[in-house]
Amino acid sequence: MDAVLQALINGIISGTLLAVPALGFSAIFAVLRFPNFAIGALATAGAYCAWVVNVGLGLPIPVAIVAAFVGAALVGALLEYGALERLGRGGALMKAIGSLAMGMVIENIVRFIFGNDLRAFDLPLARDIVFGPIRVGPQQLNNLVLALVIMAAVWAFLSLTSLGRSMRAVADNPDLARLKGVNPRFIALVTVAIGSGLCGIGGTLIGLDTAIDPLVGGRVLLSVFAAAVLGGLGSIPGAVAGAFLIGIVEEFTVLALSPAYRLAVGFIVILVVLTVRPSGLLGSKAN
Amino acid sequence: MLTYILFALVIGSVYALLAQSLMLSWGLAGLVNLGLAGFFAVGAYASAMLTTWGHAPIPLGVAAAMLAGGLVGLVVCFSTLRLRDDYLAIVTLGFAEIVRLVASNEVWLTGGTDGISGIPVLVPRDAGIWFHAGSLAIIAAAVAAVYLLLRRLLRSPWGRSLRAIREDQTVASVAGKSIVRFKAQAFSLAAAIAGVAGAFYGHYTSYVAPDLFQPLITIYIFLAVTAGGNARPAGAVIGAYLLVAFLEATRFIAELAPGVSAVQAASLREIVVGLGLVLVLSFRPDGLLPERSQKAPAL
Repeated sequence: MDAVLQALINGIISGTLLAVPALGFSAIFAVLRFPNFAIGALATAGAYCAWVVNVGLGLPIPVAIVAAFVGAALVGALLEYGALERLGRGGALMKAIGSLAMGMVIENIVRFIFGNDLRAFDLPLARDIVFGPIRVGPQQLNNLVLALVIMAAVWAFLSLTSLGRSMRAVADNPDLARLKGVNPRFIALVTVAIGSGLCGIGGTLIGLDTAIDPLVGGRVLLSVFAAAVLGGLGSIPGAVAGAFLIGIVEEFTVLALSPAYRLAVGFIVILVVLTVRPSGLLGSKAN
Repeated sequence: MLTYILFALVIGSVYALLAQSLMLSWGLAGLVNLGLAGFFAVGAYASAMLTTWGHAPIPLGVAAAMLAGGLVGLVVCFSTLRLRDDYLAIVTLGFAEIVRLVASNEVWLTGGTDGISGIPVLVPRDAGIWFHAGSLAIIAAAVAAVYLLLRRLLRSPWGRSLRAIREDQTVASVAGKSIVRFKAQAFSLAAAIAGVAGAFYGHYTSYVAPDLFQPLITIYIFLAVTAGGNARPAGAVIGAYLLVAFLEATRFIAELAPGVSAVQAASLREIVVGLGLVLVLSFRPDGLLPERSQKAPAL
């Protein structure tokens, strides 16, 4: 029973971390209408920006997280306008393939510079917080709070600012938005930058939990896709709900089967959702 | 040196099989298979298990690889054929990861991360240079057989329907074509070809392990197919041999670069391959051999 409760808590925490890049992926899909397979590499790039700021320059974690957002946003925007936008003329699938290739390029640039070694953030050592039988690391709690703050900020941006409302308008109906004087190209740029930045923060939060290496983002790619598909591709609240569910199911899989099959959860969820209910929990039509 | 060239040609022929698989699913049917490395692995393991542990003859192993690839292909594509094409891309990408995961962890079935060694070879290994030459002849014959099959299919009503579906699903379905059935057939046949490629790979190197089937291979084949021309079997085959020449050339260049460690050299090569694919997609998406438009048959 205690183990089940512990798995539930761990699942909620890892689901919150997953929700941040899943939000980024879903936002990019909603506005630009293609699955951006570079998000794993963007998460890695963000995590390394944060690491350089934290360990290299000795600045505190919140500054490092801002650096992760800015760094990944710049890389993501550069990718879109340097490479992927051209491919878009050949259709969404061309962009998807191009993003996979560019993801590989980014990951290898990171590997070229930093090598394959594991690198840890500079964190104060602290004892786990114990509630009865449940143990939670203080850094995990910090990450949980950070992730929730970021999600609240994204929600506020989308619903309260005019830029956020324009983004939702383009996602909903690009032609109508253009008629209303919204520049879709500019909105696409903003969306890619914010989405990539969120992936960068996601990579950093995961790195804070453990350590980083060039595959830190690639390893959660499948879970992020699963969260987005489960919630309904392109749906922002769906991505968050999907991420929580995936996080919890993954932890229970670790408990019941073996840690190795954590990744398989994402794949099986994707197959089942697409077969049974392709629009996901909160999405619109998928065909 | 001759051994090295023969080795490169054998790998080129294996890639030529994979490239023809991708040409069929992507170029003709518009189905993006980002899990090509996974189907390659399924075929390699199917044949390796049957011939090494089951002591079955190699032709039976190759047939099993084809069957396994085709069946798995059907299962993988089944859930997404009614949906937008990007869903298939996500599913296949995940599939390749899962294959490696299962291959690494189900030690009783696959030998785990150690893989399977001592796989029977096509030509006795002590034949020296003739081992490479003989293997090359057999695998090149398979490339030629698949080439003839695809050329035949391309000109058949089946191939025309497939291209019609790729261009406009609505029109094709109004014309009475079952979109889902055609797509499933094309994807499954393509996956079966990738399985055969895997079987031959294992019977040449006599060793398979999860780490050999990295997603990188999928990117390689996408580069080969786009460079050669993604809707022509000949384009895919030429693209595959060009790819191997290119990869071997980058290997020499990376070794020449001063002050670069082995890890850095490997990542430089991957950077070059990734950028190469994006550049070819942007500037020459039709490849060396663009698709020929076919005249409608006379009634």
